[in-house]
Amino acid sequence: MTEITLHLNGTQAAHTVEPRQTLADFLRDRCGLTATHLGCEHGACGACTVVLDGQAARSCLQLAVMCDGRSIQTLEGLRADPVMEVLRRHFHESHALQCGFCTPGMLIMGRDILQRYREPDAQTIRHELSGQICRCTGYAGIVDAIVAAGREIGTATR
Amino acid sequence: MKAAPFEYLRPASVAEASAALGRNGMTTAAIAGGQSLLPMLNLRVAFIDLLVDISRLDELRAVTETPSGLQIGALTTHAAIEDGKVPDLFGGLLRRVAGQISYRAVRNHGTIGGSVALADPAADWPGCLMALGASVRIAGPSGARSELVSDFVQGSYSTSLAAGEIILGFELPRPGASLRWGFAKVVRKSGAFASSIAFVVTPGRSAPVSVVLAAAAARAQACPETAQHLQRGTATDEALRQAIARDLAVHVPDADAYQQRLHTATILRAIRDWRAQ
Repeated sequence: MTEITLHLNGTQAAHTVEPRQTLADFLRDRCGLTATHLGCEHGACGACTVVLDGQAARSCLQLAVMCDGRSIQTLEGLRADPVMEVLRRHFHESHALQCGFCTPGMLIMGRDILQRYREPDAQTIRHELSGQICRCTGYAGIVDAIVAAGREIGTATR
Repeated sequence: MKAAPFEYLRPASVAEASAALGRNGMTTAAIAGGQSLLPMLNLRVAFIDLLVDISRLDELRAVTETPSGLQIGALTTHAAIEDGKVPDLFGGLLRRVAGQISYRAVRNHGTIGGSVALADPAADWPGCLMALGASVRIAGPSGARSELVSDFVQGSYSTSLAAGEIILGFELPRPGASLRWGFAKVVRKSGAFASSIAFVVTPGRSAPVSVVLAAAAARAQACPETAQHLQRGTATDEALRQAIARDLAVHVPDADAYQQRLHTATILRAIRDWRAQ
């Protein structure tokens, strides 16, 4: 067991972890942060995507022990994030979810796309979202929501 | 989908990491981004006793432009290259290759050193670095050494890396002003494992053309027959196809009809890309 300290959703957290524990299991089982969903556990589905030191990361492909001293934001910690607020509203309006399993990863990746591209078009979004799997929606609503959120943010900052 | 237990060590120096990786009687592995190693551990296709975390060794991080070329630290992520944080001496080739590796969340953490150390046959960097004539710098128990990437990568998941050795980074020779390159990659879905990758590079006016095919056989391979035809500059498409067929017969002798068409098309696409520059 190894002692780690990390900055989790803005607060300092100290824990003892087994080296093999993934960040995803650590967040869900140790910290009770169950917005992070686990689908494939080998980096293919994107449901477990979180923000690690400001960059999107698959939390199933990170070890908790390697995150010692690092900063992690899960969907719970992005409740008041201004981009997430717009994105969440457009996910609702564009019917961008059905079962909701992929939604946390979609929201975090959607926010990442909007931070890297100004008013991205549907083609850019589809390419950038290719690492997030949704088995309900056919992606149309998700892409529409991110396009609309990008336009709203772009208009507000023009 | 959970890794079997292992011990974890985060050494403070390359020497300490090298000693840990060379421990007798233990299966050890270095981890940097872990974007390939962790799935392998989670799926239990790889088993280790000791995981050595090299992700915080600053000596592996430096990116330096020198008169002779570019030195890229092993810990440089695909995303850093994609975003142009590495000086682009190669007319955008590195950025184009980096941007098509897996998915952004993986590119943010996966490293160029890890890609070459793992030597997955479908990886992008071994073939790209081979086509650019790059060398790999290695630290180990018996000191530092340097080797061409084309010699370093020996086969499927197999390199010349000995126990206790760590990749420090890569040296990419500076190209001439008349550098030309072409790149083509076939994947069934963006971000998935490639089924064929081709690079065509002329590093300068009088420099020889280099053609490299990856994701076709156990390791990326030079295609000398094709390169010679391009070098002469008069090759018809039919003559090129015949040259490609001769290279494929050597490197991918067990290719079925589909794979032959696929690799031929990929190489021809890379050549078109190269000619257009």
